Amino acid sequence: MTIQGWFLIIAFTGILLALTKPVGMWLHALYEGRRTPLHVVLGPVERGFYKLSGIDPNAEQGWRRYALHMLLFNVALLILTYAVLRLQGVLPGNPQGLAGLSPDLAFNTAVSFTTNTNWQSYGGEATMSNLSQMLGLTIHNFLSAATGIALAFALFRGFARRSVATIGNFWADVTRVTLYLLLPLCIVYALFLVASGVPQTMAGVVDVQTLEGARQSILLGPVASQEAIKMLGTNGGGFFNANSAHPFENPTALVNLVQMLSIFLIGFGLTWTFGKAVGNTRQGWAILAAMVILFLASVSVSYWQEAAGNPILHQLGVAGGNMEGKEVRFGVAASALFSVVTTAASCGAVNAMHDSFTALGGLVPLFNMQLGEVVIGGVGAGIYGFLLFAILAVFVAGLMVGRTPEYVGKKIEAREVKLAVLAIAVLPLMILGLTALSSVLQQGLAGPLNKGPHGFSEILYAFTSAVANNGSAFAGLTANTPYYNGLLGVAMWVGRFFIIVPMLAIAGSLAAKKYTPESAGSFPTTGGLWVGLLVGIILVLGGLTFLPSLALGPIADHLSMIRGQLF
Amino acid sequence: MAKSQSQRSSAKSLFTADLVVPAIKASFLKLNPAELVRNPVMFVTAAVALLMTILLVVGHDDLSIAFKAQLAVWLWLTVLFGTFAEALAEGRGKAQAASLRATKAELVAKRLKGDGRQYDDVPASQLKVGDIVLVETNDLIPSDGEVVSGVASVNEAAITGESAPVIREAGGDRSAVTAGTRVISDEIRVKVTAEPGKGFLDRMIALVEGAERQKTPNEVALTILLVGLTIIFLIAVGTIPGFASFAGGSIPVAILAALLITLIPTTIAALLSAIGIAGMDRLVRFNVLAKSGRAVEAAGDVDVLLLDKTGTITIGDRQASEFRSVGGTSDAELAEAALLASLADETPEGRSIVVLARDRFDLHRAMPDGAEVIPFTAQTRVSGVRFGDTVIQKGAVDSILRANEGSVATAAATELRRITDEIARAGGTPLAVAKDGRLLGAIFLKDVVKAGIRERFGELRTMGIRTVMITGDNPLTAAAIAAEAGVDDFLAQATPEDKLALIRKEQTGGKLVAMCGDGTNDAPALAQADVGVAMNTGTQAAREAGNMVDLDSDPTKLIEVVGLGKQLLMTRGALTTFSVANDVAKYFAIIPAMFVALYPGLGVLNIMGLATPQSAILSAIIFNALIIPLLVPLALKGVAYKPMAAGPLLARNLAVYGLGGLLAPFIGIKIIDLVVGGLGLA
Repeated sequence: MTIQGWFLIIAFTGILLALTKPVGMWLHALYEGRRTPLHVVLGPVERGFYKLSGIDPNAEQGWRRYALHMLLFNVALLILTYAVLRLQGVLPGNPQGLAGLSPDLAFNTAVSFTTNTNWQSYGGEATMSNLSQMLGLTIHNFLSAATGIALAFALFRGFARRSVATIGNFWADVTRVTLYLLLPLCIVYALFLVASGVPQTMAGVVDVQTLEGARQSILLGPVASQEAIKMLGTNGGGFFNANSAHPFENPTALVNLVQMLSIFLIGFGLTWTFGKAVGNTRQGWAILAAMVILFLASVSVSYWQEAAGNPILHQLGVAGGNMEGKEVRFGVAASALFSVVTTAASCGAVNAMHDSFTALGGLVPLFNMQLGEVVIGGVGAGIYGFLLFAILAVFVAGLMVGRTPEYVGKKIEAREVKLAVLAIAVLPLMILGLTALSSVLQQGLAGPLNKGPHGFSEILYAFTSAVANNGSAFAGLTANTPYYNGLLGVAMWVGRFFIIVPMLAIAGSLAAKKYTPESAGSFPTTGGLWVGLLVGIILVLGGLTFLPSLALGPIADHLSMIRGQLF
Repeated sequence: MAKSQSQRSSAKSLFTADLVVPAIKASFLKLNPAELVRNPVMFVTAAVALLMTILLVVGHDDLSIAFKAQLAVWLWLTVLFGTFAEALAEGRGKAQAASLRATKAELVAKRLKGDGRQYDDVPASQLKVGDIVLVETNDLIPSDGEVVSGVASVNEAAITGESAPVIREAGGDRSAVTAGTRVISDEIRVKVTAEPGKGFLDRMIALVEGAERQKTPNEVALTILLVGLTIIFLIAVGTIPGFASFAGGSIPVAILAALLITLIPTTIAALLSAIGIAGMDRLVRFNVLAKSGRAVEAAGDVDVLLLDKTGTITIGDRQASEFRSVGGTSDAELAEAALLASLADETPEGRSIVVLARDRFDLHRAMPDGAEVIPFTAQTRVSGVRFGDTVIQKGAVDSILRANEGSVATAAATELRRITDEIARAGGTPLAVAKDGRLLGAIFLKDVVKAGIRERFGELRTMGIRTVMITGDNPLTAAAIAAEAGVDDFLAQATPEDKLALIRKEQTGGKLVAMCGDGTNDAPALAQADVGVAMNTGTQAAREAGNMVDLDSDPTKLIEVVGLGKQLLMTRGALTTFSVANDVAKYFAIIPAMFVALYPGLGVLNIMGLATPQSAILSAIIFNALIIPLLVPLALKGVAYKPMAAGPLLARNLAVYGLGGLLAPFIGIKIIDLVVGGLGLA
C-alpha cells in the first residue's frame, strides 16, 4: 500500500462529499418539479413530450398506478430491445455486417439493459452493430437510470407526504430526470471524454500499420456518448468487451478518476435529496455516513489484499501486489478502488478483471452486491434499497427506546415490515437458490472455468451480479449458453422488479400515514448511534445470510491460498 | 397506593412451586399443533425436532445415534422452554381469575318486581339490562349498574384490593357500582347496565387469565419480521447442500437442521407472548386494567399527558397561608374574623384557616353563644357566621362584593382587587372576608403542589413527553401553579368541551394523548384520547369510554402507566436485538464445524477453539435452548426502566442487549463446549 494509493481513496471520497449538496439540491428541484435554469431551453421540450404523448404531469398517481405504468414502460422497452437485437442483421447502422443475436442472448441482453444491470454475455464490439448499441442499449442507459431515480423519488414522497394516497407521476419523474439531469450532464461529460481522447464517430473500423509493420484493425464507434451515461447512470455496459480497462473507454488517469466519481455522483446526491424531502438534511447525511463507512471499509480490505498480493507468487520471486488482470496504467490502488466503487454502486463497469483479484479482494465486490448494493448503490436503487434496511433496523432496535418504531415521522407497522422483508428476501432466494441449482445441474457445472472454491465463486458472482443488477462479471464463467443466458435473465428481472413493487407499496402505505412529530423520546435517526446501528444491521443481516456461500467460495479460496493450494 | 405497592413486591418471586408446577404441565399441553401454529417460529422448531426424532430411526448418515438423540432432545427442549415461558406468564393471572370466578359464582340478585317493593331471588346470570335489583347491607352487588336510589358504603376490595369502603349514591359521578363488591351499610337500588357475561368482572377474569388475548399490532408486526427472518434463513440453510455438492461433499440433514434452529430467532419467538402477557400482568398488579394490549402499546407512544390539577399536580385541598388585610384593618383583626367565620366550616380549607389563625396570631376562639352559622349556598356563594349584631361573611371575592354592594368603600374594593390579583398571580385562590358590610381583606388559599412532582415532569420532558395541566382555575392562577409545578402547558377554566378540543388538536398534529377522568362529562374526551384511564370511582359512562380503568382511582398513576407501556416495548426490542445478535457467534460455531471436512482451511473460523465439530454443533444447540429459560425472568419482569431521553436510552440498551447479545454466546458456547467435552457427550 502506498501514500499515493490512500491519497487517491481519500481525495475521491472528499470530492464526492463536496459535491453531495449541490447535486442533491438539483435533484431536489426535480423531485419537487420546480423550475431549474435549464427550463428556459428544455421547458418547451418537456411540454412537447407531454403534449405528444397525452400525459398530464400533474396527475398524481397512487402506488399501484405508479407501479403499473413503470412496469408497462419497462416491458415495452424490453420488447423493443429484444426485437432490435434479433433483427440487427437486417437493420441499418451495421457497418460490420453483424448477424442477429440468438434468442437466449437477445433475451438476456434485453433484460440486462432494461434492469440497469448491463450484464454482458457477449463481447460488445464483435456482436453489436452501431444501431443496436445506440437504439437497443444506450437508450436503456438513460431510461433505466431515470426509472431508478424516479422510484427513489416515489419512496421519498412516501416518507415526506402526510395522509395522502399518491406518490407522484411516473412519466413526469422519468421525463424530468432524463431531460434536466442525465442528458445535460452527459453532453458535458461526453465532450470532456472526447477531449481526453475517447472516440466518438460512426466509422466502424480503422486499419493501421503498426510499428512492427503488421496491419491491425482498430474498432471505433460512438464510444464517448455511451461512456458518459454508462457511468452516470450506473449502467456499466462497456462499448468494448474490455470495458473501462480499454484505452478507448478509459484513456487517462484523470478520466479514470472522473469515471469513478461519476458512478457515485448521483447516489451521493440522492441522500441529500432524501434528507431535504423529509425536512431534515441530517437524515440524509446520516444515511450517507453509514454508506461511506461501509464503502471505506470495503476499499480498505480490497486495497490491503490486492497490495499484499499472492504469497505463493512471492515465494516464486514475484514481488509486489497482485497485478494479474490489472491495467499497468492504473495499478493496484486505482483498480481496487474502481472495483469497490463499481460493485458498491450497481454500475458493473470494470477497469480490471475481478476474477483475477485475490480471494478476499474478490470477496469484497461480491459481498457489496449481496448486501443489495446499498452502499451508495445504483442510481435510485441504492437509496431505496438502503431505506428498506433502515426500516428493518428501526423495527428491530426502535422498540428499545420504549416507543413503537417510527422513522422520519412515520410509524413502521406490520405492513411495512412485511413488504420490506419480502423485498429483501428476494436477494437470498434468487442469489443462493440459483447458485445452488447451478451447483448441481450439469448445465450449470459446465460454466465455471476453475474448480474448487474459485469455480464456485464464479457461479456465485454471476448470480449475485445479476440479481443485484450490477452487471460486472467475475469472468471465468462461460455465461453465453442458453442455460445461463436464460437463468441470469430471470435473475435480473426478479432482482429488479420484485424489489421495486413491494418498495412502491411501502411508499404508498407510508404516504397514507399521518406524521408523528419528532421529540426527545423519538428514536434518534441522525446521530452516530444510528449510523453505527445501520452499519451493524446491514452487516449482520447480509453477513448471516450469505456467510455459508462466502465460506465455501472466496473464504475457502483464501484459506487454501495461505496453505499453498491454488485453484 | 400503599396497597398496590405491597401487592407488587409480594408478587415478585417468579419461580415458586405453585406457579412452576402447573406451568410445566401446561407447557406440554401447549405442544398441540393447533396452538403452536400461532407462533410460526416455534412451530418450525417443533417440526424440525420431529424430523430429527424421525431421523433417529430412518436416517442413514455417519453421525452416531447418541449425538443425534442429544440434538433431538435439545430441540424438543427448545420448544418446551418456549411454551413454559408462556405458561408461566399466564399462570400468575390464572390464580387471580380463579378467585374472581368463585366470587362470581355466588352472586344472587334480589330482582324487584313491578311494585318496587317485593323481589325474587334469581342467579345473577339471569339478570337483563334494565332490571332493577335491591342490594341490602352485607349483600354482594350482583351486576354492574347505576345506583337509581339510595346511598351506601361499599367495600370494593374484591376488585381493587382496597379495603376502605367507598360511598356510592344515586345521581352524580359516584353512581356506578361493580358486580362482586359488597354493600356494608344501608341499601341501594341498582339498575343493571351490563349483559350477563359482559360485565366488568367478566372482563377482568378474561383479562387476567389472558383468554381474550389477541396479538397487539406491534406483536403482529414483530411476528412478521420473525417469520421473514425464518424464511431467509431457510433459504440460507436450504441451499447449502447444493453448495456442498459443488465442493464434492455432502452435509448430513441433522447438521443442517441444527444450523437452521440456531439461526432462526427462537429466543425472541419463544418469549414474545410471555413478554406481552407479563406486561399486561404488571399493569394488573399495579391495579390498572387495560382493555386491550393495544392500549398498553399506545401508552408507550404517548406524547402529551393531560393531567388534572387537583389531586394529580396539587394535593387535593387548598391551605390558607396568609391573611392580607385592606383599608386600615390589621391582619390580626382579619384573622379573628376569618377564624370565627370558619369555625363551623368543616371543609379542609376552612379547617386550615382556623389552624393558620391559631399559629400566626395565637387566637383561640370558641363559637360565641347564640351564634348562627350562615351556610354556603350555590346562590349566594358566601358563608359565615352571625352573632348579636355582627355578621361576618367569607367567600369568593366577586360574591362578597356583590353581597355587600353599596356599603363597601371604593378604595377598599380597589385595594382588595389589587391584592386578589397578586394572590392569583402567585397561584393562590383569594377568599374575601367582610364584617358588617366592611371589607377586611382576603385570605390567601394556597394550592400546594405535590412534593417531587416537578422532578417527575422534568423526567417526562427528557423522555419527550409534554405535560398539560387541566384546571378550572382562572388563567392567572393556572399560570402560577403551572410554573411552580413545572408543567409545559396548561388549560385554564377548562370545560369538558375544551378538553376534547385540545385532544383533537394535538392528535391532528400527530401526537398521541393520554388523560384520565371520572365524570360522565369526561367520557367523550376519554374515548377520544389514545390512552384514556377512567377512575374506578367514576361513572359507568367514563369507565366504558376509557381504554383503561384505574382501580385505585389515583390520577397520578397515568405517569406510571406510560412507563409500563414503554417498559413492555423496550423488553420486546431488547430481546429481539439480543436474539438477532446471538446468531453471529452461532455461525462461528457451526460453519467451520460443518465445512471443515470439505475445506480443512475453514478450521481457522473456529475462533472459539471448540473441541470437535460435533461438540461445536451440540454446544450451539444447547446454548440456543438454555438461553430461553435464562431470559424468562427478564421477559416477565421487563428490562430495567429509567426515564431518560431516547438517545442515551438507545445507547444503553444497544450496549447491553446488542453488544451483549453479540458477545454472550461466544462465552456461553465455549463454556458449554468444555462441559460437553468433559462429560464426553460428543
